[in-house]
Amino acid sequence: MSEENVKVVDARGSFCPGPLMELISNMKQIEVGDVLELLSTDKGSVADVPDWVNKVGHEMVATEEKDGVWHIRVRKTK
Amino acid sequence: MTDRISIMCVSGMHERIQMAAMTAATGSVSGMDISIFLSMNALPYFVKGRDATPPHEGEMGELMASKNVPPFKQLIEQAKELGGAKVYACSMAMDVLEVSEDDLDEVLDGPLGLTRFLSDASGGQILVF
Repeated sequence: MSEENVKVVDARGSFCPGPLMELISNMKQIEVGDVLELLSTDKGSVADVPDWVNKVGHEMVATEEKDGVWHIRVRKTK
Repeated sequence: MTDRISIMCVSGMHERIQMAAMTAATGSVSGMDISIFLSMNALPYFVKGRDATPPHEGEMGELMASKNVPPFKQLIEQAKELGGAKVYACSMAMDVLEVSEDDLDEVLDGPLGLTRFLSDASGGQILVF
């Protein structure tokens, strides 16, 4: 079991750039070190979110697909 | 160095305004310096009391209307709130429409002349939608 503080952002059903914008909006509300798990059915998010994370300097934790839903975990680093 | 993208949105078609808003939102949250200049047939959709729903140009617009695509005005608000984008109304188009600053949608930062917009855009990229 992880002891990390994980907040889930459910953006299923939304299209680009909806999931990314919801992720960023929620990133502003969590503490440094906390993890956001974005749920998205938009395949573009799988590429867009890591691109954004790398660009702004947060940390990608994991990306996996379960039953057509992408679970993208990002740690806030600053 | 910060990348600067100056977006001229002049079309009154949904797909084009949507693409301009998508570019503004993703660019601004990626650290780019984004300005949007609304003129010609795009501006009326950002004037209070006017129809806020532009017509579709083709199949994509019709499909987007039936799916959960973020509304363009919401994307522009997010570009401003999350990425510091600026949104201006072309002062010439305002004169033609006979609207004042008070008539502009709250999402706009105010009127701007084309000369100033182009001057501010200097050294960066200009995208036209």
